[in-house]
Amino acid sequence: MSVMIKVGMADLNVCAAPEALTTLGLGSCVGIVLYDSSTKTAGMVHVMLPDSTKIKNNENVAKFADTGIDALIGKLISIGANRNRLIAKIAGGAQMFAFNSNNDMLRIGERNTEASKLKLQSLGIRILAEDTGLDYGRTIEFYPETGQLYIKSVGKPLKIL
Amino acid sequence: MQFDVLKEIGNIGAGNATTALSTMINGKVDMCVPKVALLEFKELPDMVGGAENIVVGILITLEGEVNGMMMFMMEQKSAYHLVNLLMGNSVTNENFTEMELSALKEIGNIIAGAYLSSLSTLINIRIDASVPYMSIDMAGAILSVPAIEFGKVGDKALIIETQFSKDDSDVNGYFILIPTRESYDVILTSLGL
Repeated sequence: MSVMIKVGMADLNVCAAPEALTTLGLGSCVGIVLYDSSTKTAGMVHVMLPDSTKIKNNENVAKFADTGIDALIGKLISIGANRNRLIAKIAGGAQMFAFNSNNDMLRIGERNTEASKLKLQSLGIRILAEDTGLDYGRTIEFYPETGQLYIKSVGKPLKIL
Repeated sequence: MQFDVLKEIGNIGAGNATTALSTMINGKVDMCVPKVALLEFKELPDMVGGAENIVVGILITLEGEVNGMMMFMMEQKSAYHLVNLLMGNSVTNENFTEMELSALKEIGNIIAGAYLSSLSTLINIRIDASVPYMSIDMAGAILSVPAIEFGKVGDKALIIETQFSKDDSDVNGYFILIPTRESYDVILTSLGL
């Protein structure tokens, strides 16, 4: 059994194979996995909000898509990952409640996903796979050994990206 | 200081919700003194049995002078119990029928509404609530919605746990009230803080 490292809400961590990373019960938050297949190192960040510049209280970098991805890259490089080889897989950004209003407060999942994609794009990191949106929670596990992202949801079959 | 005030609001709100529940099922319902905790986001799901524990979340959005959201959450087991009390039958299967789902939504709406009306009376400000929205899923996923709102103001969330009991069976419910930044100030100001 490989060691499974937990990433909490507004949290990030890195690992190298055979270790693996997981974040439990992603809802409107987005889980972003960055992976370097040559060194079999990976990082995961569980972001809650799209943009750190819009919020006064922004010391916790892992809370935001923009600063969270930057911090994750820094940490990955420090354990020997190659910046130019990084690819991404993302999941989450669900709309947990079926609102029929355009209230921004309620579209947060979608906005988190958009912001994560834009940030990755601006850094030239390719998104290899994504499972975002819809209306249910996801637990994700990433195995650097194989590069596979497991997605588990209530009452749904296991998805492997 | 602000924590104590919010705790007191929680206390009063939960008491009111218990009365509403008692009226609804036409029987005596006891309530424990609520546990109030200010938790880091990382710890939040542990309070309700872990991020993957399946819970029922009922969410109401607030408008008017106070904006934000209010959530009432309970474990699936408690939800079955409440529905049984209300409908006088015994749901034991894993899935609720449409009828039971709508009863559950109404229970959440009444409990959350009672909580809100006591808050509204206390601060003497009108709060308009939306229709209730319900989701049954992993606790982490459901909690992400209020946690994100808290995330805009800080790194911790206030959660109030209340235990209702009737005839030796307990129903654990959790209230989460999330005013927006501006509304938070409105509440504190109207309380003279």
